[in-house]
Amino acid sequence: MSRYKAMIYITLKEGILDAEGETVRRALISLGFDVSEVKSGKMYIIEFKCDKDPEEVVEKMCRHLLANPVVNNYKYELEEL
Amino acid sequence: MVVTIGIPVYPGTNCDVDVYKAVKLAGASPKRIWYKDYKEMWKVDAIVIPGGFSYADYIRAGAIAARTKMTETIKELAEDGMPVLGICNGFQVLVESGMLPGALTVNKSARFICRWVYLKVVRNDTPFTQLYDEGEVIRMPIAHMEGRYIPSSGFNKRLIVLQYADSCGNVTEDANPNGSYMNIAGIISARENVLGLMPHPERASEDALGGSDGLRMFKSLIEYLRR
Repeated sequence: MSRYKAMIYITLKEGILDAEGETVRRALISLGFDVSEVKSGKMYIIEFKCDKDPEEVVEKMCRHLLANPVVNNYKYELEEL
Repeated sequence: MVVTIGIPVYPGTNCDVDVYKAVKLAGASPKRIWYKDYKEMWKVDAIVIPGGFSYADYIRAGAIAARTKMTETIKELAEDGMPVLGICNGFQVLVESGMLPGALTVNKSARFICRWVYLKVVRNDTPFTQLYDEGEVIRMPIAHMEGRYIPSSGFNKRLIVLQYADSCGNVTEDANPNGSYMNIAGIISARENVLGLMPHPERASEDALGGSDGLRMFKSLIEYLRR
């Protein structure tokens, strides 16, 4: 069984107001930065073992728990350890 | 007839005792059930999923609780027709588990909001709202960070039961505390036996708490079950 590390990024879908991103944008502007857009999101670093296609396993993790298809997009990077 | 109402308790649930007291006050027999004892749910007549911060709101509010055996059991019972009411974090569990459509995400203000709001009762033909008048304006508190309702594609407006409104019942932008689509405060399932709402009826169940409009929601459910 091989070991893998996945870096999973969860963001809000286009068109859904990113309240946290907008708050961060205003805070950065108040600190003097010339910021036009901030998108907030979450990142998970997950180490796991599997004997089949690791991409399929990460897809399942995203679809079953980490991302909500109504509001989220996800992408990931995968490496074998 | 004794009506038994099951109140699931997940790690981080904190409104279960308030719901217990409101259900008792409304005339039913409440039963708090730890999430690992999910088989106990088969013995109740209806379920009220209380508010709180299940699993510390990690990932998304309600996301982890929605994937427990307790919630799977509740989903099966609802599919058999059992009435299920989800309050605040309970509503978040209902959308995360797919028992209700759409999603609840961070408030437009990106802040936690805790205050009393006015609600318009859009529908009184449900097991949970039959003791209200259609169009009636009621008062309940909200207390949430992730209460902005986002519809899924093909959303049916007929599912809307409660909307944030002003004191005269006007559904306005100013009366929308969290940026919810169409001022949605509560929706019901297509089968009309699962209701989720962000406001807390149990915190408006006696005058000493600041209002008693919420008590009628529990009384409605109990009356429906007795019939």
